Amino acid sequence: MALLEVEALSRSFGGVHAVQDLSFEIEQGKIHSIIGPNGAGKTTVFNLITGLYRPSSGRVVFDGVEVTGYVPHELARRGMSRTFQNLQICFNMSAVENVMVGAHLRLDQGMLGSMLRIPTVARRDAECRDEARELMRFVGLDRYVGAAADSMPYGALKRLEIARALAARPKLLLLDEPAAGLNPTETHEIDALIQRIGDSGVTVVLVEHDMKLVMGISARILVLDYGRKLAEGSAQEVRGNPEVIAAYLGGSVEAGST
Amino acid sequence: MLSQTLQYFFSGLTNGAIYALSALGFSLIYNASGVINFAQGEFIMLGGVCAVMLTAAGVPLPLAILIAVLVVSLVGLMLEKLAIEPAGDADVVSLIIITIGASIFLQGVAQVVFGPGQRALAPFTGDAPIMIFGASLLPQSMWMMGTGALIVLILAWFFGRTRLGKAMLATAHNRLAARLVGINTRHVLALSFVISAALGAVAGVVSAPITLTSYDVGIMVGLKGFVAATLGGLGSGLGAVVGGLILGLTEALAAGYISSAYKDAVPFVLIILILFFMPRGLFGARASERV
Amino acid sequence: MDRFRGLAVLALIIVVLPLALRNSYHYDVAIRIGMNATMVVGLNLLIGYAGQISLGHAGFFGLGAYASAILTSRYGWPPIAAMISGMAAVGVIAFVVARPILRLRGHYLAMATLGLGIIIYMVLVNESGWTGGNDGMNVKAFSIFGFSLANERAWYWVTGAVLLVAIVLARNIVDSPVGRALRAVHGSETAAQVAGIDTARYKVRVFVVSAVFASAVGSMMAHYVGFITPQVSSFFHSIELVTMVVVGGMASTYGAVLGAAILTMLPQLLSRFEGYEMIVFGLILMLTVIFLPRGLVPTIAARLRKSD
Repeated sequence: MALLEVEALSRSFGGVHAVQDLSFEIEQGKIHSIIGPNGAGKTTVFNLITGLYRPSSGRVVFDGVEVTGYVPHELARRGMSRTFQNLQICFNMSAVENVMVGAHLRLDQGMLGSMLRIPTVARRDAECRDEARELMRFVGLDRYVGAAADSMPYGALKRLEIARALAARPKLLLLDEPAAGLNPTETHEIDALIQRIGDSGVTVVLVEHDMKLVMGISARILVLDYGRKLAEGSAQEVRGNPEVIAAYLGGSVEAGST
Repeated sequence: MLSQTLQYFFSGLTNGAIYALSALGFSLIYNASGVINFAQGEFIMLGGVCAVMLTAAGVPLPLAILIAVLVVSLVGLMLEKLAIEPAGDADVVSLIIITIGASIFLQGVAQVVFGPGQRALAPFTGDAPIMIFGASLLPQSMWMMGTGALIVLILAWFFGRTRLGKAMLATAHNRLAARLVGINTRHVLALSFVISAALGAVAGVVSAPITLTSYDVGIMVGLKGFVAATLGGLGSGLGAVVGGLILGLTEALAAGYISSAYKDAVPFVLIILILFFMPRGLFGARASERV
Repeated sequence: MDRFRGLAVLALIIVVLPLALRNSYHYDVAIRIGMNATMVVGLNLLIGYAGQISLGHAGFFGLGAYASAILTSRYGWPPIAAMISGMAAVGVIAFVVARPILRLRGHYLAMATLGLGIIIYMVLVNESGWTGGNDGMNVKAFSIFGFSLANERAWYWVTGAVLLVAIVLARNIVDSPVGRALRAVHGSETAAQVAGIDTARYKVRVFVVSAVFASAVGSMMAHYVGFITPQVSSFFHSIELVTMVVVGGMASTYGAVLGAAILTMLPQLLSRFEGYEMIVFGLILMLTVIFLPRGLVPTIAARLRKSD
């Protein structure tokens, strides 16, 4: 069954078509990837799905409900969670508090209860802190459990975003270039982490610039170019597609030369 | 009836000219630096206060005006160099607070030097009103409107025709790109404060005969200039002028027909309504954030 | 236990301080510090934690003050009932205006809150039938169940207790899911939204809470001083409040207390030099933001941690 259906999604910015007539489905319980050269519209697709942008036209159906035009926090409530390519970390908090923000919807949100610190709120919050620490270990941030967010290196912050997204216990996890800016060792570790997340039953959609990373772990791959669907299928199918090779290798050669 | 309306119209345009100049000052600095300069009103106050003190000391009016403008421009430059530049990449809230601090500081200095009382500057060319369709127009009002119009023309020429003006516009549009093509954006920033200060000083001098001046007149004129700038869309030069005139007229008409006691509240009611319904002002560009 | 250390220190200071207060003037300054601190602790939730500026909170202070003054003097309400009604009314007003206002950001938010404060100020000046206009009005002494707060000593203890309660409430909010949501709004509004936080709702809530704090203190101040003018809701007073937050330290509850203490004492120390008060005030504001952008308490705390 499809957890997410995207139908004829389009969005333009001042006449430029960032995403055009894009349709695809994300199946429950699998790891999917969206790849494409820089500027192909991958992040825009994420922003449209997660409600940060409103689509110019098209539909998004999540978990059987049409959610087109829903605002981000409503989508989060329905089980969508994501990370960002250019990090969105709260540097005014500790690392573990950043993760706890992800668990927000599962906690008591009453103002009065919080103000009076009624025992259930306090107890639940303490449990949440433990869970958040556990999640930090799960993503490999054991060293930073007691750290402030602004003292952590870039690679660790990328994992912190993943931990925060997982704290929501999402049905669908969207990872925006989780390996961008990481060295080969770190990339390999992120690869393994995504695999583990997928094994735990969370449906994962991955946006990646680097084709190599996604090939091994993705059940299905969607290739974008200039905001349109270029190809879709398994790693083998996509790898053998001449159009993909033409569009994508061109991009790779450019990337390799810089 | 007509004469009554015309009278409000004159008074609205007279004040509107000052609001427009104040708003232009806000927009200039905002474009160059992204800073809302809450001390803009103090430039106006200082212009008036300097001119009053100099003429009282026997300096002829034209020379007094010139000195006042120069002094206030220097104050603008110092504000930028000593308070805005050292703050570096401070966030919006911090910058707002710095300029508020500057505003209070300048008021304090003016209070010490000028004293706490209210004083007026003698009108430039007498105070015999001219009658037009039964409405009276003071010569000084004409000075205010004329000066306002002249300054708008000069600024239009400066930004449209001169290299320096175009460099400033380029910087406002895209600071990094401007730097790449060799524009010294620091100088542009400093210059924007100097021009805004000079604008404020001129506005302060020409309005001092009518509105009187004291150390604390800057706040209201400044805030109304901010309202006018926001009304027209922050950063838009045309918007600032139109916003200033609309504000002046609305205020005068509301004072005349609704309630003169709430005259000073009009701009703020207006701006809150505008912000509620048109969050980027009348002429503001719609910018979308990148995530 | 960390939660209670600061509180214990402050409680100790409040208990011991009277030994150093020689006369009623000293008491007066201490009481004003306590009241301002209470209000700034609330305002800090909005400005320091949630990162939303308000240049109009003196307006809410003024509404609270006048609600108490008018209801007790003209209608003979018991002071506590007047105070609570004032808080409720301010809460409703803040709630109604908060959503459209807090949709705005940065300069526009500053402008809208500033405008709101000025409008309230003008209403207080112009509706002189109710408020006495610029001449101000007298306010009865505070009394409850027959006890009346007549002297500085009584007010001192009440103010100290209220401040401690306010701090406990504020700290509780900060350390709760609600507080985390507020800090997330400040840290990254996008991240907060994606994590399921209805950021608009949280901004509204904290705006209302800080406004109600201001109203409560406005009522207290009105009864304590016994006479109020519309100046209590002036733009300058709003700026003073923001300055207390900034100088003491954004997102620091005890910073708010320190900021209130410094900026309440400052005018007293400078009152001999007429005019210089504003010069010094403006300088402190600028220098703090330029050189101690995080404010006194967080900067000092960071230094101490480093030297450990």
